[in-house]
Amino acid sequence: MIEIRLSGSGGQGVITAGIILAEAAITEGKEAIQSQSYGPEARGGASKAEVIISEKFIYHPHIIKPDILLAMTQQAAEKYSKENKENTIVIVDEDLVPEPPKCSHLVKVPITRLAKEKLGKDLFANIVALGAIVKATKVVSFETIQKAVAHRVPPAFLEKNMEALRLGYEAIK
Amino acid sequence: MKARLMQGNEACAEGALAAGVRFFGGYPITPSTEIAEQMAKELPKVGGTFIQMEDEIGGMAVILGASLGGKKVLTATSGPGFSLKQELIGYAAIAEIPAVIVNVQRVGPSTGQPTSPSQGDIMQIRWGTHGDHPMIALAPWTVREAFDVAVMAVNYAERFRTPVIIAMDEVVGHMREKVVLPEANEIEIYPRRKPTATRAEGYQPFTPAEDLVPNVANFGDGYHIHVTGLIHDETGFPSGNAQLTKECTDRWHQKIARVQDEITHYDEFFMDDAEFVVLAYGGTARSAYAGVEAAREKGIKVGMLRLMTIWPFADKIVKKAAAKAKAILVPEMNYGQLVHEVERAAAGQTQVISLPKYNTEIFEPSEICEAIETMAKEASK
Repeated sequence: MIEIRLSGSGGQGVITAGIILAEAAITEGKEAIQSQSYGPEARGGASKAEVIISEKFIYHPHIIKPDILLAMTQQAAEKYSKENKENTIVIVDEDLVPEPPKCSHLVKVPITRLAKEKLGKDLFANIVALGAIVKATKVVSFETIQKAVAHRVPPAFLEKNMEALRLGYEAIK
Repeated sequence: MKARLMQGNEACAEGALAAGVRFFGGYPITPSTEIAEQMAKELPKVGGTFIQMEDEIGGMAVILGASLGGKKVLTATSGPGFSLKQELIGYAAIAEIPAVIVNVQRVGPSTGQPTSPSQGDIMQIRWGTHGDHPMIALAPWTVREAFDVAVMAVNYAERFRTPVIIAMDEVVGHMREKVVLPEANEIEIYPRRKPTATRAEGYQPFTPAEDLVPNVANFGDGYHIHVTGLIHDETGFPSGNAQLTKECTDRWHQKIARVQDEITHYDEFFMDDAEFVVLAYGGTARSAYAGVEAAREKGIKVGMLRLMTIWPFADKIVKKAAAKAKAILVPEMNYGQLVHEVERAAAGQTQVISLPKYNTEIFEPSEICEAIETMAKEASK
C-alpha cells in the first residue's frame, strides 16, 4: 500500500492531480481511493487531496501516515506535514515553499516556475507535479500517467499537458 | 463493465438513473451537490427533467408532484436542507407518494462545518417529520454500494409507495474509488404500480392491495384522483372518522413491518467465534473494519455487524448478536445516536458501549482497535 498526499491552495489543481493519479493506478489493475478536504472557501485556503493505492481492497479511506507528501504552498507544507513519518518523501515547489518541513527525503522542484516559463501558464503546475511524483515514486509507469492525463484534459490542451508531465518527470534526477 | 474511478455521489446518481428515475428537483448544498450536477448532466440525455428550485422545500414539493404524475423521482441535500424538506416528507408518507431523498450528512446543526463528515442526522432521518410514520433508510459504505442502495431505494419507494431516505455521509459521498458497475440487465427494477381495475369495476385509488399498498393511479392516466395530507379513505377524500384514522396509521406501519426481515440488509464479519462485536454503518464502518482486523491480529475475538438498513432498525439481528456478545461497541460520527437503538434492541443482554466522534475527523482504525482492547480488558475484570 502506498499513501500519497497532495497539498496546496484551492485552485492549484491538487484534487485534479489526485484523481488522475488514482485513475492511472486503476488502469494498472490496482485498487485506489481518492479523497479530499477543503475549507468552505471557493478559492484559496489550504486544500488537500489524498490517494491510496494498494493491491487489496482499501477499507479505511484516509491516509494515516503519508509515504509521499507534495506541498505546493508554504501554508500547505506546514499544515499537512504533521503526520509525516521518518522516511516520507517530501516534494515541494521550491519557490512557493521557502521553508520546507524537516525530513530525510526532500525533493525540491521549481514546479510552478517550470509551468509558467516553459508553458506560459501556472495552470499546468499540477501536471508538472504529477510528473515529478511519478518519477520520484514509480507508483505507476510514465506511460500509464500519460494516458491518464490525456484521458482527463481537453484535447486542445493535450500537447501542453504532455509537456508539463515530461517537465516534472525530468526535473527529478 | 470496466473498472473505473467513481465518486460516491456520482454512483448514487447513476444508480437512481439505472432504477428509472427521470425527474430530479432540488437545491444544491455541500456535500451533496455532485448528485444534482450528475442528474443535470444525464437526465436530459434519457428524456428526463432536472429542475433547480428556489429552495429545498420547493425541491421536495416538485418531486412529489412529478411522482404523482408518474415519474420516478429523486432529490438530494444535506442536513439543513433535509430539515426544510421534513414537512413534505410527512406529506409523502400520508399521501403515499413514492420519492427518494438523499441526505449526504455533514457536521451540524445549521451551517456547522459544511465540508466535514458526520452521521449526525440518523435520528432526524427517522423522526424528522411529524406524526406517526414508518421510515426506510439505507446507508452505503462503498461507492459501488452507493449505486446499489440508490437502485434499492427507488425500488422500495415504488413498491411501498413511501418516502425512502439514502443516509449517505460525506466520507462515502465524496470519496472516489475503483468500482465496477452492474450491466443494465443485471439490475432489477420495480415498476410503478398501476390500477388493476376500472372505476366501473369498483376501483378506488387508496384501496390497499394484498401487500397493504394501494395502487394509486398517476395523474393523467385517466382516473379521477384526489390527493390530500388529511387522513383519507379509499376514495382519497378526507374523513374525520376515528376508526379509519387508526386503521390508516396501522396500515402504513404494517406495510413496512411485514417485510422488515426482507428489507433489513447487513453484513457480518468474523462473527462465528466473536466474543465482542463492533456495530457500524456508512463511512465509519470502513475504519471500523480496519480496526477490527487490527484487533483480530492482536488475538481479540471480535466480530463486526455492518448495517446497510438503518431504518427500520435491525432489532432481530442486534438482539441475536447481543445474546452471544460480551459487549457491543458502536462507533459513530456523532454525539451518540444509533447506539440508543442498539441498547434498546440488546435489551440488557449485554453491555453496549458508545464511541462517538464529532470533531470533523473520521475515525482512525487505531482508535477503534484501542476501544476494542479496552472493551476486552474491562470484560475480563
